[in-house]
Amino acid sequence: MRGLLPLLLALVLALPAHAQNVAAVLDVHRDQIEKPSRTSIGPVIDALAASGDPLAATVLAAWEDRRLGVLEDGTFVLTDGDAATSLEGQPVAGKATVLRPNAGVRGLIAGALVQFQLTDPDPAARVAAIDAIARNPSADHLPLVRAALEKSPDPALERLERLLTLRFDPDPAARVAAIESFGSSLSLDVRAALNPLLATARVATVDEPQGNIAREIPVSELGRVAAYDLLVQAGLAPARLTREAAQQALVAHIQNGQVAGIPVASLNTQDARDAAYSALEASGAVPPAATEDEVDAALASATFAEIYAEPEAQVTDAARAALRGIDAKVGAMQAADLAMDAVSLASIYFLAAIGLAITFGVMRVINMAHGEFIMMGAYTGYVVQQVVPNYTLSLVVALPLAFLVTFAAGVVLERLVIRHLYKRPLETLLATFGVSILLQQLAKNIFGTQARPLTAPDWLSGSLVINDVVAISWIRIAILVLALLFLGLYLFIMRRTRLGLEVRAVQQNPTMAASMGISPGRINMLAFGLGSGIAGIAGVAIGLFAQVTSEIGQQYIVQSFMTVVVGGVGSIFGTLAGAALIGFLQKGIEWLNPSNTLAAQTYMILFIIVFIQFRPRGIIALKGRAAGD
Amino acid sequence: MSALLEVRGVSVSFDGFRAINNLSFAIDRAELRAVIGPNGAGKTTFMDIVTGKTRPDAGDVIFGDPPRSLLRMTEAQIARAGVGRKFQRPTVFEDQSVFANLMMALNAPRNPFAVLRFRPTSRHRDQVQDLAEEVGLAPHLTRVAGELSHGQKQWLEIGMLLAQDPLLLLVDEPAAGMTLAEREHTTTLLRRLATTRAVVVVEHDMEFVRRLDCRVTVLHEGSVLAEGSLDHVTADPQVIDVYLGRG
Amino acid sequence: MRRSTLIFLALLALSTAAVTVMAGGGLISTSFVKTLGMTLCLCLAAVAMDLVWGYAGILSLGHMAFFALGGYMIGMWLMWARTEAIVVQALSGQPLPPTAEEIRQGIGGQIFGVVGTSDIPWIWSFAHSLPLQLLLVVLVPGLLAAVFGWLAFRSRVTGVYLSILTQAMTLALALYLFQNDSGLRGNNGLSGLQNLPGVSAPQEVTALWLFWASALALAGGYLLAAWVVGGKFGSVIRAIRDDEQRVRFLGYPVEGFKLFVFTLTAVIAAIAGALYYPQAGIINPAEMMPIASIYLAVWVAIGGRGRLYGAVIGAAVVSLLSSWFTGGRAPSIPLGFYTIDWVDWWQVLLGLAFVLVTLLAPKGIGGLFR
Repeated sequence: MRGLLPLLLALVLALPAHAQNVAAVLDVHRDQIEKPSRTSIGPVIDALAASGDPLAATVLAAWEDRRLGVLEDGTFVLTDGDAATSLEGQPVAGKATVLRPNAGVRGLIAGALVQFQLTDPDPAARVAAIDAIARNPSADHLPLVRAALEKSPDPALERLERLLTLRFDPDPAARVAAIESFGSSLSLDVRAALNPLLATARVATVDEPQGNIAREIPVSELGRVAAYDLLVQAGLAPARLTREAAQQALVAHIQNGQVAGIPVASLNTQDARDAAYSALEASGAVPPAATEDEVDAALASATFAEIYAEPEAQVTDAARAALRGIDAKVGAMQAADLAMDAVSLASIYFLAAIGLAITFGVMRVINMAHGEFIMMGAYTGYVVQQVVPNYTLSLVVALPLAFLVTFAAGVVLERLVIRHLYKRPLETLLATFGVSILLQQLAKNIFGTQARPLTAPDWLSGSLVINDVVAISWIRIAILVLALLFLGLYLFIMRRTRLGLEVRAVQQNPTMAASMGISPGRINMLAFGLGSGIAGIAGVAIGLFAQVTSEIGQQYIVQSFMTVVVGGVGSIFGTLAGAALIGFLQKGIEWLNPSNTLAAQTYMILFIIVFIQFRPRGIIALKGRAAGD
Repeated sequence: MSALLEVRGVSVSFDGFRAINNLSFAIDRAELRAVIGPNGAGKTTFMDIVTGKTRPDAGDVIFGDPPRSLLRMTEAQIARAGVGRKFQRPTVFEDQSVFANLMMALNAPRNPFAVLRFRPTSRHRDQVQDLAEEVGLAPHLTRVAGELSHGQKQWLEIGMLLAQDPLLLLVDEPAAGMTLAEREHTTTLLRRLATTRAVVVVEHDMEFVRRLDCRVTVLHEGSVLAEGSLDHVTADPQVIDVYLGRG
Repeated sequence: MRRSTLIFLALLALSTAAVTVMAGGGLISTSFVKTLGMTLCLCLAAVAMDLVWGYAGILSLGHMAFFALGGYMIGMWLMWARTEAIVVQALSGQPLPPTAEEIRQGIGGQIFGVVGTSDIPWIWSFAHSLPLQLLLVVLVPGLLAAVFGWLAFRSRVTGVYLSILTQAMTLALALYLFQNDSGLRGNNGLSGLQNLPGVSAPQEVTALWLFWASALALAGGYLLAAWVVGGKFGSVIRAIRDDEQRVRFLGYPVEGFKLFVFTLTAVIAAIAGALYYPQAGIINPAEMMPIASIYLAVWVAIGGRGRLYGAVIGAAVVSLLSSWFTGGRAPSIPLGFYTIDWVDWWQVLLGLAFVLVTLLAPKGIGGLFR
């Protein structure tokens, strides 16, 4: 609090003249300060803050920090470890008992401190103070903020002033002006300030409803039960007989196994119980319950309305208009946000599926272990991070290494297993499934079942914040870039390189290709390795935002196959379209039913099953003989 | 007298390539017809269209009595309506016995529930026995079809075609891989069959076509180039051009 | 009847009798009787899988979903009836006899409390009635299979594409049931199914009953499957497996045959599941994940597809070995520098075995008997 003094002095001039000594205030409220309680300490804190003593801020800050202590003689001191100083900063001897206010009390102290911090020369302290007020605004802050604003004009402070004005200014016109000054700003704090203005309560009256009426509610909308309850709450109607009360009345009148002459054993339907209660009513043993007709009459004579807590109609009107504008804008922004979410989900699916586009799409080999290659890539990233602590460097190492590891694994799988099964696709499915469970269990045995972290470097954490509604995390942008990069790489390899040409040649006619000096075995091996290697890189990318477990690949495998099938086997742009369709669809369904991402996946898969009915060959279908019947 | 099969102005293309181009073709109820043409003339695609495997982009295919369009029918319905097809490469069910292959082809209700209830009677067994004798496979009835020689598989497939008892037979290169004696037998069989039904034979082998001694349709680039007796078409300068000339 | 069918039925009868005698003599524990009974149910599911895959060539990765659906359908009744008994018991202490609505509320609270509601979902409308729920065991998986199969087969999805599609269907179903508002208690599943409502006999007796029922179902399923594949129908579906286009040119409505087999086997699997889960005691959506169906295919492949006894051998051997190895009863192998603990390494071994069987012995164990 070094440089605070001159400013505090300046502030003191603005405060009431009856400045008091802080030490005196402390002394007066000694009991409460030593054993403060959240409910009763408020006035004491206010008294300290309002004392006008330049030391008030220091004392309050120390108290909040648990640095305020009491010597055995009762003097309040500041403590720093075992050392103690007087409130003015002179060293003092003696052992101090440190006061330890609880979190609730410290919250109150912090609130009082804010007024001192608003004019702190340290910008960070000012920002913190403004945030603190914005988080928990009250009418008391308004004069403080205005005073601070006069001293040091600051845009953030000015904005805070308007936010407080629109809620707490006594003059409705000033509030409306403040509301309108924000236009349709998307900021969360504006919406947070506006929303409470429109808070309503439901009331029931027999005459004209009073206050700032939002609207009248018909009974049909409320429902008979809820409407009558409102009447009961308002004291305008007697409470209805509840089932529990009726039942208790029946139980209270059991005599010799009978209620009003009806055997208890027969009271196992609601009708029988109602009849028994009526019988009791008739005998006068219980008070009569309101009949349905009485309920109807009471409801008919009453009016139900929603009343704004805010009494000024012009303020609520302005707030409603502002919120309507904001809502429209928020809606548009949310749609944009959703679209970007969908794009990033699509790029994840695309990245997971692009390896499959080669092995399954071009080679027609169904590799159920593809997900495990993704997993191997992710674990490679994890292991590299154990060796190379620098996250950026480890990522640079991990990406090519993951490619190499999974490329090698793919080549081994192709040579040992798949090569022998090219004529038996269904058996490839089963054999590679065997490989899949083998690899999964191996990963479990090596890395354990708990999730392993693959941490993104700092420049990838955080988000690109466009406004309070739209924000995209950098990882997702990186994945989109990676996906586009791989699309380009795939196109380059398949269309511009010798390998791509040979892969296509072998695919279309292996015998012919072989007669032209291309070795189909070698080409198949390389193509399969390439597809697997890309899966490994996808694994590193996915591992950055998902937990690395032995089951990480399983979460993507079905969707990846769907992406390729829906897109149209054999076409990379089909895969892209498939990924986009599935990504947008899943996000769209999630938006319609936000509580449930599981349901979104369910409906998405159902959609795909139906989609395949209409386009069995996918979005981009190869026609004719090339499609291979 | 109306034709049994009439193909009217049918066209189909694959990725821009016109495999069949405004093709028209008709065959009578009891007629033997050879279809010849160079590679890529559209012979196989023509058969694919008639049997429902390929849907044409334009045109119509009318078959039977009363005449019905085949375009709205599935392959199985077309087969049940009386179109039988023998493939170029013998396709029999190699995992099953000769007897089972023939029994499956034998004319009987084809829906799943009828097939489930079906138990062969002695009449069915006799029919299979007769068919096997006709195609020379009587001693091999219990053998697995996969063990048969290439020629025997050809015969088994012909036997299955006979078992279906179709009104129209489409036969793709029946003589391939047969000995001279077998070709003789095939020719006789096809000519005899053509007395009671329509038979379309697609063939490369001119010698074999000559033996069949029937009307010949020459396909080229997806449409009919010439039609008539073998001598007539082989004298046609266009046909000579296609077969011998620029190709 | 074929010789292999007779031999199979004789062996099944013999082993059922042997288990009964041994269980009566206390030689084998109740939990082992349950394990054996469950194994028989898995064998029945494997017979269905063999029929649809080994014979008709449809590699379905969804038959364990039908199996689990069957389990859910019977589980609903088991849970309802048992909870009803508990609720009636609890309410009987009150001065007034409970109304039907109070009982329903009690049951709702008991069953659905774990998913934060006491409302009874409409799908439980028939749960109070054993006959209706038994009907649903057949109807629900049967209809699902029929609708899915009709859609898939009519668009001529075949081979690995069909497998992927069935896998997707299974995943969709499992994910759906994982939700709390699916009406089937989300990932809690149904539990306490080992208690047969209204039966006071102890577990060791009911375990034997269910074991017999499982054996009977397996025998019946095997006979039905043998009858289906024995005649011309079997001939046609095997022909469809090998070359479905050729079968179309023979005039057979291939899609109809596939749909029939797919639906029939789904129903068989569902019945197997309905017998399995009362022995397992608990069912949850995890049992339905595609992996379970793939394991079913693994058993059939190891046992030998295209032979009904092969499927039974595969399911019995692999599932019993699995429960032996993963149950921690298999002795660890110390290598000095590392100890092979079978709980960890069994899956690796199974995966490897599976690759080797597919590569080297496509006909499976059953192929060795030929």
